[in-house]
Amino acid sequence: MFDKRITLFCGHYGSGKTNIAVNAALKLSEEYKNIALADLDIVNPYFRTKDSSSMLSEKGIRLICSEYANSNVDIPALPAEIYAITDDKNLKSVVDIGGDDRGAYVLGRISEKIVSENDYDMLMVINSYRPLTRDAQSTMEVLNEIETAAKIKFTGLINNSNLGEETTPEDVLASLEYAQSVSKATGLPIVATTVKEELYEALLGKIENLFPLKLQEKIM
Amino acid sequence: MADKVLMKGNEAIAEAAIVAGCRHYFGYPITPQTEIAAYMAKRMPKIGGTFLQAESEIAAINMVYGVASTGKRVMTSSSSPGISLKGEGLSYLAGADLPSLVVNVQRGGPGLGGIQPSQSDYFQATKAGGHGDFRMIVLAPASVQEMADLTVKGFELADKYRMTSMILADGTMGQMMEPVSLDLAVNPPIEKPWATTGTKMEREHNIVNSLFLVPEELEKSNFERYDRYKYIEENECMWEEYLMDDAEICIAAFGIAARVSKNAINEARKQGIKVGLIRPITLWPFPNAPFKKAADKVSQIISVELSMGQMIDDVRLASECKVPVTLSNRAGGMIPSPEQVLDAIKEAAKGGAK
Repeated sequence: MFDKRITLFCGHYGSGKTNIAVNAALKLSEEYKNIALADLDIVNPYFRTKDSSSMLSEKGIRLICSEYANSNVDIPALPAEIYAITDDKNLKSVVDIGGDDRGAYVLGRISEKIVSENDYDMLMVINSYRPLTRDAQSTMEVLNEIETAAKIKFTGLINNSNLGEETTPEDVLASLEYAQSVSKATGLPIVATTVKEELYEALLGKIENLFPLKLQEKIM
Repeated sequence: MADKVLMKGNEAIAEAAIVAGCRHYFGYPITPQTEIAAYMAKRMPKIGGTFLQAESEIAAINMVYGVASTGKRVMTSSSSPGISLKGEGLSYLAGADLPSLVVNVQRGGPGLGGIQPSQSDYFQATKAGGHGDFRMIVLAPASVQEMADLTVKGFELADKYRMTSMILADGTMGQMMEPVSLDLAVNPPIEKPWATTGTKMEREHNIVNSLFLVPEELEKSNFERYDRYKYIEENECMWEEYLMDDAEICIAAFGIAARVSKNAINEARKQGIKVGLIRPITLWPFPNAPFKKAADKVSQIISVELSMGQMIDDVRLASECKVPVTLSNRAGGMIPSPEQVLDAIKEAAKGGAK
């Protein structure tokens, strides 16, 4: 899982890309050195990888993100360092792309190099409980818009269907049919089904390629 | 398949507005409410509605005035600085007795401020939305589900009383994701005989206007409007009480501050401190009754706010200054922690509950 040199996470906004990207980078850091987590999300100024920067640096993960993130000049800017993703072949990169086609335009800037190197996975994060991607057809609309904007094709799906903290194992199981229908319609494999780690035990053995997620703490 | 979906508070407002029959949205992007506009941009064209990104907040609120004149449900949304720009339009809407829904997903201020959550537009929403004598119904949701429920309620109250309903949320409420049911109860729309829908040569012209150059007439319109406001104050107050039955200390908090306070209250109860919460859901009309009642039995009221203390004035008036009302707050985009509120509760308990 996530073993290509570059792993790109795209999807509808609010589908859980950032959290999955952080967790994927943490997982890879257990096996590999030279892991980079790149935040190319210039759409949403909240829920950013930068919020996890101290935790990431503790694990030796290089964070590539706008140097202006979370500052007074939080403009939609990208650092020159993003070219490390494509040009530094010793680096294993996990890339968090902004939501929808708007967010994916950023990827279009570097996708030609990624395609020509051809050592990448581009994964679409899907959630059947998000109102604008509740079925295969509406999910495919978003998927096609992202591919057009990013100038790169998806290679797989991440089923992250959830209802936030209230998610039950049954909710996840009920989403499998949806994920399979998206898979069938697109011809893309379901690379992983992601669940909050509290549900991992209950679902282990019932779902292929189950991947546990640590969620950020909340105070409300 | 659960009948709930996972939504951001901003999206829940947008979808609930559509469920409520709103087909006209005018706005201008500003963090942290832009998802409302983004959602409307996607949905409205698919259901025969109008989404229009205006050239400014001032233009948007005047487009709202135009559609409201025709009796159609219409809304705009913004965040703090943008709401200030809409102030003139809000006053015109009030002067013309037009129903509308306006959403303020507040951010830290004053000035351009920041993009983190705040409740510092309480004064503006409840007392001074614009120039002149007028009120708005102000609804304060504390969950994504309430963002949806109160949006429907807001449209219905606006129509019923021919005035603006404002959803006063904050950046946290707008951005947080929670499961929400969109199976919302919507009452059938009421008749609007005053609307400018074309006379068809069958009736006199309906005129929508806020200009009254004869002072006697302008005064009369003010007195009539305030009769309506009095009725609303007597009939439309909404609040939630949490563990108030045996409470010796009372917390006053709305929106996100109430959620933080509940966590602090639960912890304080574990430590044997009898503390409860009154959560105003309508900020105007302000629910005076529960505070008046609480003031007869608690030793202290703590107002927990994401501001320098604004609702605290109304809490003092409602409790008729019978007990001390203190403030536990953060400002400028910061959120009080449950620990901070717990400390305030412990301090109050030391003071000796009745």
